[in-house]
Amino acid sequence: MGTTRTTEILVGAFMAAGFLALFFLSMRVSNLSAGDGADGYALTARFDNIGSLKVRAPVSMAGVRLGRVEDIRFDADTYQAVVTLRIDGAYDRLPTDTFANIYTAGLLGEQYVALDPGGSQDYLGDGDQIEHTQSALVLEQMIGQFLFDKAQEGSE
Amino acid sequence: MLTDALARLGRSGIGAIAGIGRAHLLLVAVLGGLPALVTRPRLLLAQIYNVGVLSVLIIAVSGLFVGMVLGLQGYYVLSQFGAEESLGVMVAASLARELGPVVTALLVAGRAGSALTAEIGLMKATEQLSALEMMAVDPIRRILTPRFLGGFLAMPLLAAMFSTLGVLGGWFVGVGLLGVDDGAFWSQMQAKLDFREDVLNGVIKSLVFGVVVTWIALFQGYDATPTSAGVSRATTRSVVHAALAVLGLDFILTALMFGE
Amino acid sequence: MGKGVPGAAAAYDTPPTTARAVSPGDQPPALATPLVRIRGLHFARGSKCIFNGLDLDIRRGAVTAIMGPSGTGKTTLLKLISGQLRPQAGIVEVDGADVHRLSRRRLYALRTRMGMLFQSGALLGDLTVFDNVAFPLREHAHLPQSLLRRLVLMKLEAVGLRGAATLLPSQLSGGMARRVALARAVALDPMMVLYDEPFTGQDPISMGVLVTLVRHLNDAGSLTSIIVSHDVPETLSIADAVYVIAEGRVICHGTPAEVASAAGPRARQFLDGQPDGPVHFHYPAMPLADELLKLGDERAC
Repeated sequence: MGTTRTTEILVGAFMAAGFLALFFLSMRVSNLSAGDGADGYALTARFDNIGSLKVRAPVSMAGVRLGRVEDIRFDADTYQAVVTLRIDGAYDRLPTDTFANIYTAGLLGEQYVALDPGGSQDYLGDGDQIEHTQSALVLEQMIGQFLFDKAQEGSE
Repeated sequence: MLTDALARLGRSGIGAIAGIGRAHLLLVAVLGGLPALVTRPRLLLAQIYNVGVLSVLIIAVSGLFVGMVLGLQGYYVLSQFGAEESLGVMVAASLARELGPVVTALLVAGRAGSALTAEIGLMKATEQLSALEMMAVDPIRRILTPRFLGGFLAMPLLAAMFSTLGVLGGWFVGVGLLGVDDGAFWSQMQAKLDFREDVLNGVIKSLVFGVVVTWIALFQGYDATPTSAGVSRATTRSVVHAALAVLGLDFILTALMFGE
Repeated sequence: MGKGVPGAAAAYDTPPTTARAVSPGDQPPALATPLVRIRGLHFARGSKCIFNGLDLDIRRGAVTAIMGPSGTGKTTLLKLISGQLRPQAGIVEVDGADVHRLSRRRLYALRTRMGMLFQSGALLGDLTVFDNVAFPLREHAHLPQSLLRRLVLMKLEAVGLRGAATLLPSQLSGGMARRVALARAVALDPMMVLYDEPFTGQDPISMGVLVTLVRHLNDAGSLTSIIVSHDVPETLSIADAVYVIAEGRVICHGTPAEVASAAGPRARQFLDGQPDGPVHFHYPAMPLADELLKLGDERAC
């Protein structure tokens, strides 16, 4: 009887430890706690070029993460990228003239969407579109522009 | 002679296919015992103990050290790019996606799988399985099914422990010894790792490995030649086949899960 | 039963006779039909033919010995009777039911009425002696704890091992393990017990104990016993009927006395333990001189 009881206790402890480890992996290691799925509200933004922006890339303002990129589509009429941003419900007071940029985190890091607040008194709601956008900087374009400017300076 | 060689090849091919067939028949019989197991939870408990509790030590120690090595190696590579802050991401992603499920499955195959094969093989060699059958007790349902379910349930829990301790080991080396920023370590990890993509896929992998490792171990024991030489050969085969199956399946699962 | 335990104890001291084969007194009519009836049994393992048209009857209430040299498939015969193996042809009927046509459920129901003593004992290694004997009772008879305990202790008492109830099988000697296995085989009070080489590899004392027990349990429990053995004197001393099998068929059967007197040369050789005779000392091969002169790959198979 005593050995059965010990087995029971040890198996119980084992299962508890296993589930604790799973909980740790989901909450502390991955982003399950940071809200997943369809909470919050969606905004769209049109960019001429999104560089290498990916679905699930962070959306941040002032360096704080507000949400993530939910969807990226291509508009065949305007030849633009339509990016859907899923913003956490807690941040529901983004001005309508908010500016969306695509930046790169660090020199080799991933690209993310950075929002700059405007001055409007009206706030963006679910399904609204951010009008002011700035495309991703493509390295080749920047270098090309730089060389072009230099050449022009020289010729003057 | 050429025909002799061809005949040998054919014989071993037929033998292999017949073995696979027997293994599947056994799996069906084992699964058939699952409903009856509901009324005998005690049998399952003992097997979770055998596969799970008895493997905790080796899993915990291995996980910790694998994580520490990942922390060390990752730091040296990442610091060359000035990206030490990504150490947490690297350690956690490689553990949750790959090393946790795979190394756990390999360790369980060596620690618990071989023990299962030897146990079943010995029960067969000492006529215990026949004796059960003569007592009108189905040895597959009574002996094999609880072991199968025990392995299936214990594997993801063991893999989660492995990954968790690995992350903590990487954190200890990276943050504690090498001076990576604590906040960056965790926040980058959380930002980059996805629950479904990384953690859930790892759990699915380890469930699949749990089925495969225990299935192979049970089959090798049940199919063993009932002599001491036969059982020892079966034990070796059990570990080798399980390891190969885990590594091969890992490639297929990874391609299915993370390939776009 | 008209015969008590002391009567049985006396019985195996005297040479067995046909008169004792069927217990006197109240005989139900069913006793007239054999408990096990085997007709035209064919069984082969791979290309090796083991039984080739075997016919055999086991009388109810009797101890029937099936004897023959090693490798004649005696253990296989027990496995065929208990439905663990399937024959290629022929029928095996136990208590009127064709064992190999039964559904799985009914086969298992039939097996609860059979006990089998394995050569190795085949006790479950992780259970104590008590739990081993209790195992079939716990599986098939849902008894209250106190009754179960009493029953198990009685079975263990019958084989003289009540004191060993808490030991594990690994702590038992071979003879003790076989006695525990015997207690387990009769735990459910079966109608029939199959003994696979019960006397092999025992010292004289254990052997005597086992011989006594087999006869005693048969008579006290109104069982039918089938003993597969090649231990000639011990088996003949307790058997009511004897079958000698060789090369896949019965070569001689009857009471021990009949078999002893009327045996043909083949059975004679086995019963008397002569090294050479109709069953050759040498495994079939080409003449030695030929083989020594030839090279390996030309060997006849």
